[in-house]
Parts: sequence; C-alpha cells; structure tokens
Amino acid sequence: MNVVVEAQDLVRDYNGFRAVNGVSFSVAQGEIFGLLGPNGAGKTTTILMLLGMTEPTSGVVRICGYDPTKEPLKVKRITGYLPENVGFYEDLTAKENLLYLAKLNGIKEDVALKKIDEVLATVGLLDVRDKLVGTYSKGMRQRLGLASVLIKDPKLVILDEPTTGIDPEGTEQVLDLIRRMSREMGVSILLSSHLLYQVQQVCDRVGIMFKGKMVAQGSIEDIGRQVLGEREGVMKLTYSFINEEALKKLDGIEGITEKRIANNTIIVKFDETRKLDIVREVVMRGFLPIEVKGKEYSLEEIYIRYFREG
Amino acid sequence: MLITLIIVITGLFSSYTASGALGEEQFLSEEYLFLNLFTSAGGGLPSFLFFISFFGPLLGIILGFDAINGERTRGTLSLILSQPVYRDVIINGKFLASIATVAIMIASIMVMIAGISIAKLGVVPNGQEVMRALLFFVACVLYVAFWTSLAILFSIVFEKSSTSALMSIALWIFLAFFVYMIAGVIADEVYPITQQSDPELLAKHESLRTMLLRFSPAVLLEEISIALLNPTVRVFGPMFESQLKGLILTPLSLGQSVLVIWPQFVALIAASIVCFAVSYLAFMRKEIRSV
Repeated sequence: MNVVVEAQDLVRDYNGFRAVNGVSFSVAQGEIFGLLGPNGAGKTTTILMLLGMTEPTSGVVRICGYDPTKEPLKVKRITGYLPENVGFYEDLTAKENLLYLAKLNGIKEDVALKKIDEVLATVGLLDVRDKLVGTYSKGMRQRLGLASVLIKDPKLVILDEPTTGIDPEGTEQVLDLIRRMSREMGVSILLSSHLLYQVQQVCDRVGIMFKGKMVAQGSIEDIGRQVLGEREGVMKLTYSFINEEALKKLDGIEGITEKRIANNTIIVKFDETRKLDIVREVVMRGFLPIEVKGKEYSLEEIYIRYFREG
Repeated sequence: MLITLIIVITGLFSSYTASGALGEEQFLSEEYLFLNLFTSAGGGLPSFLFFISFFGPLLGIILGFDAINGERTRGTLSLILSQPVYRDVIINGKFLASIATVAIMIASIMVMIAGISIAKLGVVPNGQEVMRALLFFVACVLYVAFWTSLAILFSIVFEKSSTSALMSIALWIFLAFFVYMIAGVIADEVYPITQQSDPELLAKHESLRTMLLRFSPAVLLEEISIALLNPTVRVFGPMFESQLKGLILTPLSLGQSVLVIWPQFVALIAASIVCFAVSYLAFMRKEIRSV
C-alpha cells in the first residue's frame, strides 16, 4: 500500500499552550481516514500542519514524500483542501469561481473549462453552473467546495468538517461524493469531524483526538473492542408463563451470559458473535423473541467513554 | 464608487469655475496659469488639491480596509491559500490592485480637468507645466497609496473589517485635524512665545510646529503641491531677512522646485513603504483559520 500522508510526533505550541501534542498517523492511498474529536481537540491545527499553513513546533510530516513546510506549493498542488466554512466569491458564478481556482493551479483555460464541466457534473451542479454563488444554498456551496478540490486531480483531499451546517439530504449527498472520490477515483481522504455518526458511515479508519493527543486509532471495530470490551447482545423474550420455571428452560444454551425477569419479559444477554444460533435455539424451546438487539459499536459510546475518563 | 464620483464632479466643477475666475481677473498676471487650475478655487467651491487631500484618504481607506479580513470572514482567503500560490503573491496583488485603481482614477480626473480648462481658456501647457503636473500626479498617488497601505495593514492586524475601518478613519481624522492643535500645543510648551518674544524664538517655535505637522501626510502633500504648482516658492516656514537679501523673485526651474520638496517626497514614499513592509511581515506570519 502506498502511504500518502505520514505524520510523526506532531507538536504545535501556541504561546505556551500545546494545541497538538505528539500526534502520529498515516493514510494509505484510496483510504478514508477520519479525524475525530470535540471542538478544540487540535484537529484543524493538525490539518493546517499537513498543508504547511502552520509550521509544526516539532515532528515530521510527509505528503507523498514532500515536506509541507519546505515545499508547500508541491504539497498544495496535489492536495485539495476544503476548509471549514469555505467561501466563494458570491458575485461570480460557480463556473467563474472554479475557473479562477483552476488558473491559480496553473491549469490552462481550455483544459480547465472541460474539467470544470466534468467536476460540476460529478457533484450535480452542472445545470446551475452559470448562477451566482450568492444564490446557492449551504449544501450546494459545500458540493461546489468538493468540486473545487477535484479540479486539480488531487491525490489527497482534506476536508475540515465537511457536513457541518447542512441538512440531512445535503449531508447524504456529500458523504456519497466522499465515498465515490475514494472508491472510484482512488483519492485518499482525510476528514475531520465531531459528528460521529456520519464519520462512522464512510471512514475506513478513524483517529480520535482529545486535548491535542491522539487517544485511539484504528477501525471503529478495533477501537470499540479496546474501549468497550467484548460485544454483547440483548433480547427480550415472552413465554406462556413468565416465572422462574420458564427461566430454567433457557439453561444450557451456549453463549448466554445473563438472564433475568423484568417487566413481565425475560431479558437475556448473549455473545453477539453467536446471535443466530442463540435466537434459533430460543425459538425452538418455545420462547418468542420480541426484540433482539445486536450491539454495534457506535462512535458515540466510544467517544463518551473516552471523554468522561478525560 | 460614490467617492470617486464626488471627486470627479466637484473637481470638474471647481476647475470650471476656477478657470472662469482666472480668465477674468488674473489672465495676464499669472505666469503658470495651467498649474493654477489644480489649486485655485472659485465660486465657493474648494480646489482639486483640497479634494484630494481631504477625500483621498477616505478613498484609500475604502479601497483597503477589508482587503484581507474581508476575504477572511467570507472564507475565500483560506480557499486561495490552499491553492498552490505563494502568500506574497496575494499581498502584492492587493497593493498593486489598489494603487493601480488610485492612479487610474486620479489620472483621469486630472486629464479631465486639464481638458476642460484647455478647451475653455485656450491655454496650452508648456513642457515644464506638464512635467510639474505629472509630478503633482505622482505625489497625489503616493498620498492616497499611503492611506491604502495603512488600511491594508489594519485589515491584516485586525480580525474584523469594522475595526480596521474605524481605526483607519480615526487615524485619518487625527492626522488631518488634530495634528494642527497638538503641534501648536507642543510648540507652545517647548518655546513659549508672547507678543514681545524675539524673532529667534518665534522662528524656533514656528519650525518646531512645522516639523511636527509634517507627520501628517496631508501637510506633506500640501507642501509638495505648493512648491510644484507654484514655481516661485523656494522655502517653507519663516524667512529671515538675510535669506531675502539679494533675492531675485523669478520662478524656480523644475529641478530646483523638486529640490525644495524632495524631503517631503521621500517621507511620503517611506511612509507607504513602511506600511507595506509591516503588512507583508504580518501577513506572512499570520495563521489563517476559518472563522
């Protein structure tokens, strides 16, 4: 696997305050890496260091082998960055805005015009390309932002809070585009967010930042197992007579870790990995499951667990 | 731009009435009639020079006050900075664009004034007058460029455009109006004068006052234009009898006039360059985050 982003022991101080403290991670080609954490965790500062827009106090960054501090232009040529709350020139049309950006990237006008139509079609703004950006909705602007990073054929795309402040439909469109950029175009994507549920949907791997430190890193499964322990499922059962006798009938099923009676139902906790077998067995013995919850690790839980502990 | 329109209209109108006034009264007595068009006032309207020295700063401030922080709040600054361009390209572009705007504007107004006056009076400027007018033009551009640079500097230092606009305007008001009072007060404190004071003390008082006044670019522009547009002026401030001895009151040549106001020219240029340099440094070191 080709490594596109490599960060090692990044540290950034602001007047004695350590905003980023020893952050290391890497992003492979075509991978979607999510940088998570509450506001003020140091996500944006880390991103700025990757782009050479802030100099690290110490530590090493390599983007496709380039050092962003020393060769910021080379890094910016292959990296599309969509800042949080990005703005466009409101008195220009989408096409004019993109043409301006293409020129800043040294793309010739005739090539750029073709490319612009192509990326606008990708993000679904082709039919409004000649409208002023001032008339665009927030979701359309964000998609225009994605178009603006695609125009330079990037190897890496960095998105800072790409879904903040747009409606669910817009969010879905943006997430879908992010997925397609990674899967179809082979672009590596680094995105930062505090919206866990969305990140969970698209990210291959995540890194959780808290108070300037990367506290956990890996796939959501891995992190979940680390933090929350083994998975456990819960089901609610009914039976003709709910009493201790009925409870005994559940004896001997492998994988059941706990069973008790509550509110006229039987509650059973079990090993998630054997869910199917257990449900079948329970039904065979005459119980009726009214609710079976397999527990997935949600980032929310991981998050809360981490931040409660500090 | 409203201000431009005001300057154009009043400039034209005042030159028109001024040329009328000149035509009636001083036609024969004036040696440099053409140059007088820029400084003379008529029909209750102030001169072109007055308009530039008064509205020029406002124009410069309008062009520059939100150059950087405006783009920042609109989110376009981080958009541009994430493209493969050097930062100094951005700040250089801001300066060049606003100075070019100012230059084109002042040039077109001056050409219009000259055109109307030539048509009305039938006086064609000679080579020296054209040169002097050109230098006056350069001085006007430098003067407005200073205010633009200052406004751009404030737009980098302050996060909000409203703050930078207010700061620029406050400084403008201070340098345009209060500096006269303050210079007077300081001069009075250092060299107290009465009606019986001897000339030496009066001279010292006066030269300290003018020295302090020259901190204001408006005063510099005023002195430059006096010397450039009025070729008989050879010295500013008090004159001593010894200096007047043997003086033949003929107009100075262009070179000599330039020599008289050379320090003022250099001061104007230096002020703009200092503003530019500080803005440059501040911008290069600034971390741009979205807001």
